[in-house]
Formats: sequence, C-alpha cells, structure tokens
Amino acid sequence: MISVKNLHKSFNNLAGTVDVLKGIDLEIEKGEKIVIIGPSGSGKSTFLRCLNLLEKPTSGEIWFEGRQINVPGININAIRAQMGMVFQHFNLFPHLTVLKNITLAPVMLKLQTEEEAKENALRLLRRIGLTDKVESYPNQLSGGQKQRIAIVRSLAMNPKMMLFDEPTSALDPEMVGEVLEVMRELAEEGMTMAVVTHEMNFAKEVATRVLFMDEGKILEENEPHEFFDNPRHPRTQDFLSKVLG
Amino acid sequence: MGDIASRIYQDFIENGRYMYLVQGLGNTVIITLLALAMGVLIGVLIALVRVNYAQADRKNPVLAVLNFICGLYLTVIRGTPMVVQLMIMYFVILTGNISPILIAVISFGINSGAYVAEVIRSGIQSVDRGQTEAGRSLGLNSRQTMINIVLPQAFKNVAPAIFNEFIALLKETSVAGYVGIQDLTKGGDIIRSITYDAFPPLIAVALIYLLMVIGLTRILRVIERRLAKSDLR
Repeated sequence: MISVKNLHKSFNNLAGTVDVLKGIDLEIEKGEKIVIIGPSGSGKSTFLRCLNLLEKPTSGEIWFEGRQINVPGININAIRAQMGMVFQHFNLFPHLTVLKNITLAPVMLKLQTEEEAKENALRLLRRIGLTDKVESYPNQLSGGQKQRIAIVRSLAMNPKMMLFDEPTSALDPEMVGEVLEVMRELAEEGMTMAVVTHEMNFAKEVATRVLFMDEGKILEENEPHEFFDNPRHPRTQDFLSKVLG
Repeated sequence: MGDIASRIYQDFIENGRYMYLVQGLGNTVIITLLALAMGVLIGVLIALVRVNYAQADRKNPVLAVLNFICGLYLTVIRGTPMVVQLMIMYFVILTGNISPILIAVISFGINSGAYVAEVIRSGIQSVDRGQTEAGRSLGLNSRQTMINIVLPQAFKNVAPAIFNEFIALLKETSVAGYVGIQDLTKGGDIIRSITYDAFPPLIAVALIYLLMVIGLTRILRVIERRLAKSDLR
C-alpha cells in the first residue's frame, strides 16, 4: 500500500542543519497495523508526517498504491484525502460545530452531498456514542471526546489508511482508554494503520509489526511478541526496560 | 454669551441650517462604510500575500514582487499623514471629473487597508499551525484551508482590533473638508461661517461623533459576543 525508500529529512535552523531522518526504508501492506515507538526526538513523528507529505522529504521516495507521491506534478490533495491523520493535539476546528468539523472536507471536496455527509457523520458519531454532541463546539468537549471526533472526522473521508501521531499523549490518563478503544475497533475492521505511540499495551495487542526508531533510523522491527519478549538491539532493550519498568 | 436658546435657534433652525449637519452626517457615514469595506478587502489581500511569502519555502518570484509592492505600500501609507494622502489623491492623482466623495472613499480605503492588513496578518499568524495541517491532511488545498479554517478564526481573534480601526476611521474622515467635501465636521464649520457662532455647532458635531462611537461600540460588543459563541463551555 505504501512504501518508503531511503527517506532522508533534515531541517534548517539557527544552529545549522539537523538530520532528523537518516535513511528509512519501510513497506506497509494493506491491512497492516504498524506501531512506531522510540524516544522523543528519534524522528518518529517526522517520519509519519512525511507519509502524507505534511513534511517534505529531503530525499528518498514515498510510494502510495503504486505511484510515487513525492514528485512534482502529483496531486497531493487527492492523496491526502485517502490518508486520514490524527494529531496529538486533536486539531479540531474550534469555530465549527462537531457536525461541521466532520462534514466540511467531504462536502467541500464534493465526495458527498451535504445530506450524505450528515448521515455519514451521524452514523460515525453513533458508533463512538457521541450523537448528542453533534451541535456542540470542540471547546465544550473533553480531550477524549475531541480525539474520538478527530478520528471520526478522518474516517468520514473513507480513507484507505490512517496515520496516528501520538493520539493519546495529550490526554488525561482516564481518557486514554476510550480513544484506544476506537482505534482497536478500527484495527479489527481491517483498516491499514500507522501509529506513533507510547502505549506499549496497545502495540502488543493491536500491532502486526512494531518498529523501534532512534536517531532517525529504524533500529529494529518485528512482530509484537517477539519484539517485546526478545528485543535484539541494545538500544531497544534499553528503551523497553525504561518504559516497561 | 447671549441667550443660548436664541443662538441654538439661529445656528440650527433658522433657514433649516441643521440640514448642513444632516447632509454632512450622511456623507461621513457613506465615506466611512465604503472605505471600511475597501480597507478590509485590501487588508485581507495584502495580509495573504505577506503570510504566503513568509511561509513559502521556495521563493516564487511573482510572490516576491507582490510582497515587495505590499511592503512599499505599507511603508508609504503608514508613513505619511492621512490628510496629505487625501490632498495628493484629490489635487494630483484623481484630477478628472470624479465625485469628491468617491475620491475620499478611495483615499480612506487605501489608508485603512494598510492598517487592516497588519491586523489581519497578525490574526492569521495567531491561528495554530495544527489547524492548517488538519485541513491539509483532509485533502483540502491551501486556498480552501485558508478560507474555511484559518481566516474565520483569524477574523475572530482580531475582531476587536478591526472594530477599533472602524471607529478610528469614522473620526478620521473629519479631514475630508480639506478637499471641499461636506462631511459632518465641514457641515458644522459652514454653520459657524454663516452665523459667526462657534460653540453650538462644534459641540453638536462633537456630540454626534461621540454618540456614533458609543453606538458602534455597543453593536460591536454584541457581534463580538456572538463570535465568541464557540468559546463557551
């Protein structure tokens, strides 16, 4: 579904050039659930943001459904419409109601009529048990509700794949569960997912593959049992011993 | 001092002199409203050019030229007095057979645009980058994201500053008399030159401005409250 070849990304700042990604290769098949873990600053969020070109790679190739997407002339908006993204800070549109948040993009991009989009939105809200919030504004919701609605907003586009950038990191602990629950259901339905997270239990239970990133590289990848039970790379062992205690 | 009642009669009632104020007020309101509309339009366009230029990582030459022109415009307009700009427009640039009111609208609009542009630019920059990213990640293009997601929030954030500009503009139009336009201030002045009595007409003019500003402030407060609807918890 998506494949990444020798991806490099560097940022220029006042101190000079910082190499954040130093050659990433990855192949994600349809239906896979990839979980990316690693210490902060390892480049995992940047990597995820490169997949839908919110960050432009410095070099390397990104292919989506048989087409290279980081080349001039590609309609990146049409690609992004097929790749949902969920952000750490939700990024709901605060000036719009929940309904409008969900229906804005599909209606504007003429993928659905106003009525279809509304119907679709209500169906999705029913699924996460938030139909009563349809006319609320984001500021009237809890963090967990916001993030579930952000997920639903992406789903309203009927994406082929979902990217999650630390979706539970900004939540109060008691709200993490409800968001992970929605993600779990999504995974069970066969959605292709790439998730950057610190939730190790989620990785263990849901991932088809776990990736460990550090200093801009993928140091280790494996199916979750093997990954957590027998980490091979010393950096992975070190990291896991710290986060799992 | 003389009998105040007879002075008021002489200044405002006799020969229907109050009409100078009524007509003047009409012109003041027309100039202010049209100039405000023009100023907001210019302001948004300029703010968009400047924000786009600042954010672009590849410097597009057309955008660079536009950005330069906008910078020049801001410098010149904000660096020279309004009344001088008005006179230049009237006596130098638009010397043909053009309605003085229209010239005033253009001059005040161009002037206001420079101030509005900076206000709107700060408004656009106050909107979290995550909003743009969320819009783009849903497949909206940069124009759709700007119009539907960023600008509405930007306007809301700077609404009080834009309203202040509106109020300032209303009072600033009082220099229109310099090019012979009969605005409210000029209306009072004409009465003074007929009756040789300064106090009642000037106080009347001042009061009318004051009442308009108070009224505007009220209206604007209501609008602001309505804009803040989505902030209520």
